[in-house]
Amino acid sequence: MSKKFTQIAIATVGALSLALAATGCSGTTGQATASQEGGGSFTVWDPYPQHEASSAWAKRIDKCGQEAGVTIARTAYDTQALTNQALLAAQEGKSADVILLDNPAVSTLAETGALVDMKTAGLDTSAIEPNLLAAGELDGETFGIPVGANTLALYYNKDILAQAGVDPASITSWDSLTAALQSIKGSGHKGITFAGIGTEEGSFQFLPFFWGSGAKLSALDSTEAVSALDLWSSWVKDGLAPNSVINNSQNTTWEEFLTGDFGFVVNGTWQVNSAAKAGFATGYIPIPSKAGGVAPAPTGGEFLLMPVQKDESRYATSTKIVECMSTTEGQVETANTFAYYIPATVPGQELLLKEHPELKVWVEAVNEAKGRTSDNLGTDYPVISEQLWTAVQNSLSGAQSSQDALKAAQQKAAAATGK
Amino acid sequence: MMTVTHTAESRPDVGEKADAAVPGNRRQRSLGPRTAAALFAAPLLVYLLVFYAFPLYRNIELSLHDYTLRAFVQGKAEFVGFDNYLAVFSSSTFITAFTNTAVFTAVSLVFQYALGLALAVFFRSSFRLSSVLRGLFLIPWLLPLIVSASAWSWMLNSDNGIVNAALVGLGLEPLNWLTSPGLALTSVIIANIWLGIPFNLVILYSGLQNIPKDYYEAAALDGASSWKQFWSITFPLLRPVTAITLLLGLVYTLKVVDIIWIMTSGGPGDTSTTFATWSYREAFGTGTPDFSPAATVGNLLILIALAFGLLYLRVQKNQEES
Repeated sequence: MSKKFTQIAIATVGALSLALAATGCSGTTGQATASQEGGGSFTVWDPYPQHEASSAWAKRIDKCGQEAGVTIARTAYDTQALTNQALLAAQEGKSADVILLDNPAVSTLAETGALVDMKTAGLDTSAIEPNLLAAGELDGETFGIPVGANTLALYYNKDILAQAGVDPASITSWDSLTAALQSIKGSGHKGITFAGIGTEEGSFQFLPFFWGSGAKLSALDSTEAVSALDLWSSWVKDGLAPNSVINNSQNTTWEEFLTGDFGFVVNGTWQVNSAAKAGFATGYIPIPSKAGGVAPAPTGGEFLLMPVQKDESRYATSTKIVECMSTTEGQVETANTFAYYIPATVPGQELLLKEHPELKVWVEAVNEAKGRTSDNLGTDYPVISEQLWTAVQNSLSGAQSSQDALKAAQQKAAAATGK
Repeated sequence: MMTVTHTAESRPDVGEKADAAVPGNRRQRSLGPRTAAALFAAPLLVYLLVFYAFPLYRNIELSLHDYTLRAFVQGKAEFVGFDNYLAVFSSSTFITAFTNTAVFTAVSLVFQYALGLALAVFFRSSFRLSSVLRGLFLIPWLLPLIVSASAWSWMLNSDNGIVNAALVGLGLEPLNWLTSPGLALTSVIIANIWLGIPFNLVILYSGLQNIPKDYYEAAALDGASSWKQFWSITFPLLRPVTAITLLLGLVYTLKVVDIIWIMTSGGPGDTSTTFATWSYREAFGTGTPDFSPAATVGNLLILIALAFGLLYLRVQKNQEES
């Protein structure tokens, strides 16, 4: 009896380990058969977990798949997780057919050789605005197409500005902005909130001020850079901005703004709808530069990428999917579905403005905006950015003076990038 | 696809073998007890190799090579020996992370243990609702860490946090719990102590159940105060349980990432960065994953935990001998 049991147990274990071994290679087999059949299943990864399978966005992807004659399996990840996932998948040789990735990560992924360049893919990028395409360029080649672009501006609470007697149109420089914040504080409200968190979001929000001072990312410790960090630190020190900005993500700052206590908030195109629904009247102006005029804000938004596949016959279909997602009409449709994208082409922008003239400020801001990895920074940008947000944290929290914090940041960035 | 076919193919095979086993006993004998034992151990061995030995080997391999992103994806990383370790040791973050790890672990352990023991002794004398109360103390343990860490970070928020509201209500100055360089580490330690108390309470409470009641009766007859009883009976007899509680607590505390990451991300600057969060930040916290330095820091953590594990075995051996 017990011997029979032993035999069965051994046999079961054997069968189980066979099954285990088989699962190990089932992934690749599935893909190969898909392309042999001609149609089959194509995978798309995007960073929009907030849009579920029944959302307009998911349906649009499905439609693009149908037009290309395939079904699409879509998986949504959190932005940071998607970058890691894309890298790990590239290592395993199991990338998705199309990935939508946050633009500063594009050159990082391209640098690993895991992406097909757009020329090879047979996609025309000439219609895309150069400042928006820049984030997808590395060593003269283009590795992706933006699905649209967004950027930062200053939202304001009309009621609070009216109470404080501040005319938003008068805010054209740092001095006039700080003066406005002081009047708001004087009227018993809070001036401004922004995201100074120790992640990429912190750098993203600081860049309009950094660039608006005339500073360059290749020299973090310039006097211009110090003046920008001093501006933020002095706002916190003088109580014009709350201390919690040091730990604030962009979402948290927006929540703070929605309480109705704040005059201004630095935030992005993606809040346009939420702002319209706020319990008070809102408006937005471009972020001013130090001396006056509009400061260059960083471009945000995702790029459509085509990762390298073992089976090159898949590219033709992937190209069709990417094309379908990035046509002029497609870009306007994305802008409408998401409400936080401005099309990356002039015809697309014109079409959008015809439907939504109120987005004019955003279209202008996007055209003034600058890619984070441009100025030929490429893969150096993430390294520099980490030092930049660390300096912002150290200065805002009072651990170091702006000058010392940026000096240390520049030394570390130079050491890490070898420049 | 292949999964299905393979399992389907191997199933009739299973049936055949099992059936064959009934009539002919000869084939069974050739499968000696040693082979059978080895086959039984095989799943466990495979499990250990795949899920323990390989990741460990991979971690060491990562730390000895220079895995740039390109190398990570395409293979062929350059062997750099101990360069990564040298870079970690000479990094300006090292001293901060080292002291923070030591302070975070030591202070957390001392308070978790002291408070856990006090509560365990308190609940030892059962009274009305004592089991309900004891159950309530387990709540921090049952909550997902992301929930408790987020709750702590809201409570300690500089401007809208309930803690500062209470301080202001009492006429005190509000504090920048999570955003001032001097307080951030203290704040995450407080949250971590709160999280660790239930674990200490449970283990120490069950340890207390093993101390015979007679000792206390005898001590009471001799006129020993409860304070004296605690120090002369409870504490010495609890020593083996204490040792394992502290060792497990140490390992848990050394590797804490989530609570610190959610509350402060190791900031502001580096002020609440420990080895564990440093390793996480290098690998996943920035735009460029740096797996080699991350693995290097991770290995240091493993070494520290290993050193304390060996120390524990040594202490245990001494205890058994005496």
